[in-house]
Amino acid sequence: MLVFILRRLAQSAVVVVAMSVLVFAGIFAIGNPIDVLISPEADEIERAAAIARLGLDRPMHEQFMRFVDGALGGDLGTSFVHGVPALGLVLQRFPATLELALCAMLVAVVLGIPLGLWAGLKPDSMAGRVIMTGSILGFSLPTFWVGMMLIMAFAVTLGWLPAGGRGETASLFGVQWSVLTADGLAHLILPAVNLALFKLSLVIRLARAGTREVALQDYVKFARAKGLAPARIVGVHILKNIMIPVVTVLGLELGSVIAFSVVTESVFAWPGMGKLLIDSILQLDRPVVIAYLLVTVLLFVVINLIVDLVYSLLDPRIRLGGGRA
Amino acid sequence: MALRDRRLADVLCSGTFKPLLPAVAALALLAAVPAPSQAATLTVGTSAEPSALDPHYHNLGPNTRARKHVFESLVSMDAKMRLQPELAESWRAVDETTWEFKLRKGVKFHDGSDFTAQDFVYTVCRIPNVANSPSSFTVYTKGIAAIETPDPHTILVKTGKPYPLLPMELSTFGIISAKAAGGTAVTFDKAGCKADSWPTTQAFNDGSLMIGTGPFKHKSYTKGDRQVLERNPGYWGPQPAWDTVVFRPITSDGPRVAALLAGDVDLIESPPVQDIERLKSAPNVALAQAQSNRVIYLALGVQDTPPTITGTDGKNPLKDPRVRKALSLAVDRDAIVKRIMLGVAEPANQYLPAGFYGNNPEVTVATDANKAKQLLAEAGYPKGFQLTLGTPNDRYINDDKVAQAVAQMFTRIGVQTQVDATTANVFFSKRNKQEYSVFLAGWGADSGEMSSPLKALIATPIKEKGYGTTNYTSYSDPELDGMLDTALATVDDAKREKLLQAAVKRAMDADIIIPLHYEVTVWAMKKGLSYEPRADQYTLAQKVTPAK
Repeated sequence: MLVFILRRLAQSAVVVVAMSVLVFAGIFAIGNPIDVLISPEADEIERAAAIARLGLDRPMHEQFMRFVDGALGGDLGTSFVHGVPALGLVLQRFPATLELALCAMLVAVVLGIPLGLWAGLKPDSMAGRVIMTGSILGFSLPTFWVGMMLIMAFAVTLGWLPAGGRGETASLFGVQWSVLTADGLAHLILPAVNLALFKLSLVIRLARAGTREVALQDYVKFARAKGLAPARIVGVHILKNIMIPVVTVLGLELGSVIAFSVVTESVFAWPGMGKLLIDSILQLDRPVVIAYLLVTVLLFVVINLIVDLVYSLLDPRIRLGGGRA
Repeated sequence: MALRDRRLADVLCSGTFKPLLPAVAALALLAAVPAPSQAATLTVGTSAEPSALDPHYHNLGPNTRARKHVFESLVSMDAKMRLQPELAESWRAVDETTWEFKLRKGVKFHDGSDFTAQDFVYTVCRIPNVANSPSSFTVYTKGIAAIETPDPHTILVKTGKPYPLLPMELSTFGIISAKAAGGTAVTFDKAGCKADSWPTTQAFNDGSLMIGTGPFKHKSYTKGDRQVLERNPGYWGPQPAWDTVVFRPITSDGPRVAALLAGDVDLIESPPVQDIERLKSAPNVALAQAQSNRVIYLALGVQDTPPTITGTDGKNPLKDPRVRKALSLAVDRDAIVKRIMLGVAEPANQYLPAGFYGNNPEVTVATDANKAKQLLAEAGYPKGFQLTLGTPNDRYINDDKVAQAVAQMFTRIGVQTQVDATTANVFFSKRNKQEYSVFLAGWGADSGEMSSPLKALIATPIKEKGYGTTNYTSYSDPELDGMLDTALATVDDAKREKLLQAAVKRAMDADIIIPLHYEVTVWAMKKGLSYEPRADQYTLAQKVTPAK
């Protein structure tokens, strides 16, 4: 187990290094941040001074070495735009994105698994067909369009929910959370639903496919023959066995929801990391983009590790050996 | 917004909220009408967020907008960008190189301390000492050679040479409290002021140094989410109508409009052009719009080897004034304004609209495709040539669409034109390396006077004078530079205006910078509010009033 985890961490370190080189070179190639940042009224002297202040007068390899130097000491550099440490800027936005992503995943799981089970157990019923058709819509409608429609329906026309922003927050463990206040919760509903829609469809389809396969297995037939209550058959024998693919996909999707909920965050003016990433790319704020991607890589690594650990809980036959990773 | 909480409480706490909805909706409608007796809150949806609250960190529109609520300057600008007194009651040029400012008495900072001349001295000293500043306000303080403070309410500013723009430049930065920053003993030194330490940008972002003299006090700030201000009861000027002001950055256009329609915010900046008709017909929305100080222009490069022109054997046809005139004549500005800007712009005939300082009423532009073809033929290009026009596609209103229209107009007179539209960060990097023979861009004159576009866009790049900082055309006209030199050293306002008018005439005759249109800035707000639209595009909560 320990070997397994260590090997994982070593692999991740390689990914982190490769990615920071790629990102650094990529953003370097796009253009010079000073062209975007500086006031057009500034003269040549001021321009040169600003370039020197931000360290942009050095050649690229030197800038990269300075970055590596700082990064090894835990300092990912100072944002060109905001003048504060880049990592702090990213982490400050993290809770907002995390709670949005977790709420979206919660919606996807809580609704998706029962609906998928139902559609799998009764594939030819009216309800089963409606569920499957609905999931196709959830897959195919673009997120930004659905988001705007949700705003138009529930905020503009009906006036039930706010159109965007994070609302009131309350502090827990020194971090601000929206879920803890009624106002914050109301602000969370629309973006969470919007973000959940795609995942919901995915979970429904996975759960349905799994259910249809498992329901025909011998042990389910045997359980039924033994006279077990249907609730126990579905709840224990079927549910547990369809969870492995669902957990795998959810793990991967959770990472991508946290890292790339850019569209939803823009549509709902949600002050999360995704919006920060887009703004930073547009302004060529290199330290922030790199800090963001490093955080993202770490996130994926941790989530995948957790997924692997959950496997062995769900299916005792799976062993996390050191021999293969 | 307290009402929304109640509405939510209904929705969330009662299982039977559906029958209540009509009543709730009615309540929500009532909330839209500002009631003067209650604590009044104004929520503004802004199109961009300041990069920091530090008033001297970044010389950028959204930062100045945020600054103007909390920190004031000696001199200020009204909605038409004319100078008006703020912390200085009056000012005058004592001689060619000395300006005297008489400060307003009885002005207090938010912490209760008095505003004096030392706060100005300390501010000028601090501006060059902001760590990591991506664009500093030193452009506006570099003209100051010495500061004398004969008494706490008089400031004498000495400049190295005659400097007519000084009062304007002092309107660009906000004055911070020397006492709060521990700088009561700091004295001005042209070579660099001495202090043990300078305030950090972080100290402003976390609110500890947000101590100004402005109509609002800083309350809280969550980056990316909101900035909350509250009324300053001790303000020297007229009290704003709002007890609390909330600024929320909603950078995407559609969601910003939706937030207004949903009643989340009371006022929004720059609704997208295509939504304006719809907002006009909405029953509970009012609009305000004003011509801005920003001109959208085409710049024609006269490099020896044209970067994006082909079909001329390597020669640059734009070096011939007849070709440049032909391109100017090819542009139908009325059509661009009507069809592409949907009327939310004004055709431009020079670099600043009528009414701005230095506008020359005698300068005109014309559209004449036949004349243009004739000029091309005379210049030796009867069959035209091939041209690529560079433009950003996310910087100015409908920028790439305007460029497409211009390309068609050029093609009509025989100059086959392609458009290279890229995102702003790529475009500006390429443009600054002179990789376009012709590009589309915009210029907002922060000073509100003609010297700004002339100096930046068309004057010969001369580092020491700060000329030609945005001149990416390789154009140089020493006579025009000389006219600018004289104008910028003339303290007499009437004389200087005449000189600038002559200079703009000469610049326009060169057809290097071809103006297309002036952007119009629009604000949309709840019916019942009114806002005097500003040419400098700032959204100032103290100027938003409930209609009487």
